[in-house]
Amino acid sequence: MNEPIDLGNSFAEAVAGFGIPADLARVLWMPIPMLVVILSASVAVLLSVWAERKWSAYMQQRLGPTVAGLNGFMQGVADGAKLLVKEDVIPRKGDPWLFTFGPVIIIIPIFFAYLVIPFGQGLVISDLAIGIFFFVAISSVAPIGALMAGYASNNKYALLGGLRAAAQGISYELPLALSILSIVMMSNSLSTVDIVNMQSTHGILSWNILKPGVGQIGFVIFLISALAETERAPFDLPEAESELVQGHHTEYSGMKFALFYLAEYANLVLGSLVASILFLGGWSFIVPMGTVANLLGIDPLDPAFQVFSALLGIVMTIAKATLFVFLAILARWTLPRVRIDQLLDLGWKFLLPLALFNLLLTAALKLAFPAFFGG
Amino acid sequence: MSMIETRADRMVLSLGPHHPSMHGVLRLIVTLNGENVEDCEPVLGYLHRSMEKIAENRTIVQYLPYVTRWDYLATMFTEAVTVMAPEQMADVKIPRRASFIRVIMMELSRIASHLLWLGPFMIDIGANTPFFYCFRERELVYDLFEAATGMRMMHNYFRIGGVAADLPYGWVNKCRDFCTYLPDRLEEYDRLITKNPIFRNRVEGVGVIEQEDAINWGLSGPMLRASGVPYDLRRAEPYEIYSELDFEIAWTTEGDCLARYFVRMKELRESIKMIEQCLDMLPGGPYENLEAQRIAGGPKSEWNGPDYQFIGKKSSPNFKIPAGEHYIKVEAPKGELGIYMVSDGSMSPWRWKIRPPGFINLQVLPEIVKDMKLADLMAILGSVDIIMGEVDR
Repeated sequence: MNEPIDLGNSFAEAVAGFGIPADLARVLWMPIPMLVVILSASVAVLLSVWAERKWSAYMQQRLGPTVAGLNGFMQGVADGAKLLVKEDVIPRKGDPWLFTFGPVIIIIPIFFAYLVIPFGQGLVISDLAIGIFFFVAISSVAPIGALMAGYASNNKYALLGGLRAAAQGISYELPLALSILSIVMMSNSLSTVDIVNMQSTHGILSWNILKPGVGQIGFVIFLISALAETERAPFDLPEAESELVQGHHTEYSGMKFALFYLAEYANLVLGSLVASILFLGGWSFIVPMGTVANLLGIDPLDPAFQVFSALLGIVMTIAKATLFVFLAILARWTLPRVRIDQLLDLGWKFLLPLALFNLLLTAALKLAFPAFFGG
Repeated sequence: MSMIETRADRMVLSLGPHHPSMHGVLRLIVTLNGENVEDCEPVLGYLHRSMEKIAENRTIVQYLPYVTRWDYLATMFTEAVTVMAPEQMADVKIPRRASFIRVIMMELSRIASHLLWLGPFMIDIGANTPFFYCFRERELVYDLFEAATGMRMMHNYFRIGGVAADLPYGWVNKCRDFCTYLPDRLEEYDRLITKNPIFRNRVEGVGVIEQEDAINWGLSGPMLRASGVPYDLRRAEPYEIYSELDFEIAWTTEGDCLARYFVRMKELRESIKMIEQCLDMLPGGPYENLEAQRIAGGPKSEWNGPDYQFIGKKSSPNFKIPAGEHYIKVEAPKGELGIYMVSDGSMSPWRWKIRPPGFINLQVLPEIVKDMKLADLMAILGSVDIIMGEVDR
């Protein structure tokens, strides 16, 4: 695709028709994709909450929510509305400022990280040159929020939960970053758009998960670390219900708790999107769109075909991300929780050496077969 | 010169009585060093209801509705031990059919109890789904109970001299269906739980009790048998018709949480075997002692006399417990459930001492959780299988 869709320019041109200068049109354009992303992330959260409740119910021979909305579809909205009007309790001997900023610091980086998620060619808020590094960097901020929330609650369970969250966040940041680094090595770029473009040359054959050896090792490392980063079972130690009641969430109620809740699912969706971008070729279809166009005898630059392939790209991204969300939900409702020392052992003694080995293997393979490993 | 020194403050954490994994209202005062448990002190009494004192001014029949509230998950055993004590003191013979019905009910109750041990135990170590599967199976046991006794949990089914009612028509076949249904489900649990590496890591080698310690602490039931003591009251001192049944004592030698899991899972299978044997051997005839004597005595029997007929406004004759003292015990799912009864010859016992297995087994908890992680504390507490109703009584 030589000249992909650029919605920003099209918008600028359209507005220019009303006599508004191009610079101002650019400024007018800026908030639109941001709003769209925030809204779609929130909708994704609602959908994944619904999906989790329904899927987990079916796994457990229950029905799950059925009353609110069609088949319980609006249950997330109902929960949100309940939390919105619920009394906001701040522990008297807690630290009100840290207590308030804890959930805020957890949720803001997650929405920031959506900046670099491409949903299709040109459908990304900002194609940063350091895209995926930005994701790694900004997602390391969240443990600070958990620690703040745990400390400020003046509750022993919350403190233990906050400390666990910090330890877990630090331990799994490294294997996560290293497994991403080997992908970056093969893609010759940190930009998320370039990483996907690198995988869309030969359809499914060029997806990173099918790179012999390094793709699969990196995929497993990324999946485990991302699951641990999102603090979901079997790695939900910071809020382990049977041990710490609710961990650093214990003292929260109302909207602040809703922020934690939102952050958990937004993080899950974010991790799934990143996994699909890094390993399953993001928006790319199983065969390259150019080939499809040639087969159907359509000009790839035909506007209708461009719109179709953009829509297909969005659908592919969401479908791949849904696969990962499903995997995470399946794991959560199947596996017991690991213990804190086992968790840290797994991170530091297994995943980190494996990730380093994977990095070396990637470098070696890249030198040996530059044609296959993005030389 | 002042030195920089590190000082680790111990955190004293009061777990419970309101805590998701405290199995009711147990309270543990835990001293933590980081994540490590340094000390643990159970605090009891939040569910104390004076069960022993209540017994002292009730007749046995009046007291029977209370006993299912000791261990409310293995209710048939509490009823069995309550009626067996006066029966043995007064030398009341039980018809054979009643004895078989009692054994079937007790083994079903053991299945229900072990299933409801497995579910919360898995929740304690973080797996939520097995709980629902366990409830699905337990529901069928309770349907059987409901059909036979009229109640799902608090049946009030055992009577001195037999049981309150005969099995309804078709119950035996339903029970057989359950016996063919459950083993497949246990296979399912094996695939879901036993072979799960995370589960094995969480419970293997955790909370080990040596054989000698297990005996010295007076443990009983699966806690004892998992530590390498194949001691089962059903085999050691058979009551009812257990001596006629063919079953194996479930026991292992490791003494950790995994061993206790295996022992209980094996006991589920053995219970199924026993119920099937009982159903095969189930004789006909009366289900209650007075009924048996009335049938044996024919129309002229004294049990057909006016004293024993239902006549409005005439209170029925009472059963007086012979003077003396007696200790009676049964193998409940949690261990040895015993009653020490002293009677002065009146209608109610003079002293009624309950030996609840959960209470005795819980004593060992502080010993085995020392220097373990906080998460292990939950796994160990789950594996002890306590019911606060019988611990506090």
